[in-house]
Amino acid sequence: MNTVNPPVVFTQDELGWVSWIDPLPETELTERHFAGLVDRARAKSEYFRLLVRDPEVLEARTRTDKDIFYNVADGLPRAERELAAAATSRYNGCIYCASVHARFASTYSKRRDDVQRLLDEGIKADLGERWNAVVKASVALAATPIAFGPDNIEELRRAGLDDAEIVDVINGASFFNWANRLMLSLGEPSK
Amino acid sequence: MGTLDIIDTLAGIEPGSALDAIRARRPQARENAQKSYLSLFEPIDSSEFSLSERAAVAAFVTGLHGESPVAAFYREKLAANADGAALLEPITAEIERGRTSGPYGAFPAGPLSIENKAGLIYRVSAERKPVLGARLAAALEHAHLLVFRPRDASSADMKGLLTAGWSPTGIVTFSQLVAFLSFQVRVVSGLRTLAAASAQEVAS
Repeated sequence: MNTVNPPVVFTQDELGWVSWIDPLPETELTERHFAGLVDRARAKSEYFRLLVRDPEVLEARTRTDKDIFYNVADGLPRAERELAAAATSRYNGCIYCASVHARFASTYSKRRDDVQRLLDEGIKADLGERWNAVVKASVALAATPIAFGPDNIEELRRAGLDDAEIVDVINGASFFNWANRLMLSLGEPSK
Repeated sequence: MGTLDIIDTLAGIEPGSALDAIRARRPQARENAQKSYLSLFEPIDSSEFSLSERAAVAAFVTGLHGESPVAAFYREKLAANADGAALLEPITAEIERGRTSGPYGAFPAGPLSIENKAGLIYRVSAERKPVLGARLAAALEHAHLLVFRPRDASSADMKGLLTAGWSPTGIVTFSQLVAFLSFQVRVVSGLRTLAAASAQEVAS
């Protein structure tokens, strides 16, 4: 049994993640599973060996994720896509997801202190016009019923985002409503 | 691809429109959001989570987000399923009982506890439980948790699903389905809002 030491605050530290139901053992993975994992190295991760129980869904989800966040040929800078992911995770309450994407937001923006304030103070932290607009839009999208409206578009435009960049915010924030729910409900983070 | 792109269809994105061109800049994301949908609703193996159960959970989850083209789409999918049509009425009634505002729930005990927010702990009504069956009733209760209070999830919920007859693989696919719909309904809503804002700008 793994000993779990759950974090009780949002952090940019590296955390582990422990599954509540059995992942597939590495020795039982077939080529169908490796196709689902996309990167073979993910076979080492308990989280991905759990999700690979449905390889077709995992593969499509992974490729959706990678294009939304890593395809930076144009559109929103990576730092702000990560900010949308971190803000969504902060609001939904996913300490694990927030740790990973806050770290990425810090790395790509070089604004580690501002990212930490989002984690410490929450979604109301004042991070300047452009980041505030991205955080607010992400939070409005995460609410159920969805609260995202014309005011959010207006704020994002005023902050200098064009429509393609706004679509990157919508995709990044929406994707974390997918990721947060898996991470929060199938296992738990551990320090 | 033979089938229509489901997000484009639900968001009303026309070929050749500005949003069509923007979505084309993320071709992998577009293609794989579609593949995610197909692998959840037209799976190669539905033995752990039947197609009628998938349609019922989808109608419930999207209905909990309020009326929208997405909710109507999944309601029609349920009505079109031979085993699912009879579930439309009880699912619609349970959506009414389950509607609330999220996210809420508790954080791990500690400094974040001041942010804890109480809210509805949804349970399927006693009168509809026999119609839905123990397996689907457990799924709806967990789906409601995933939609509105995912931070409340615990290992006990996994045990509850296993006890209600869900296999570990079935739980993974079920969780993916609810989580995917949480994504899809937001992308569609966001794109519709953006399209409407741009249309207004052109008009004014």
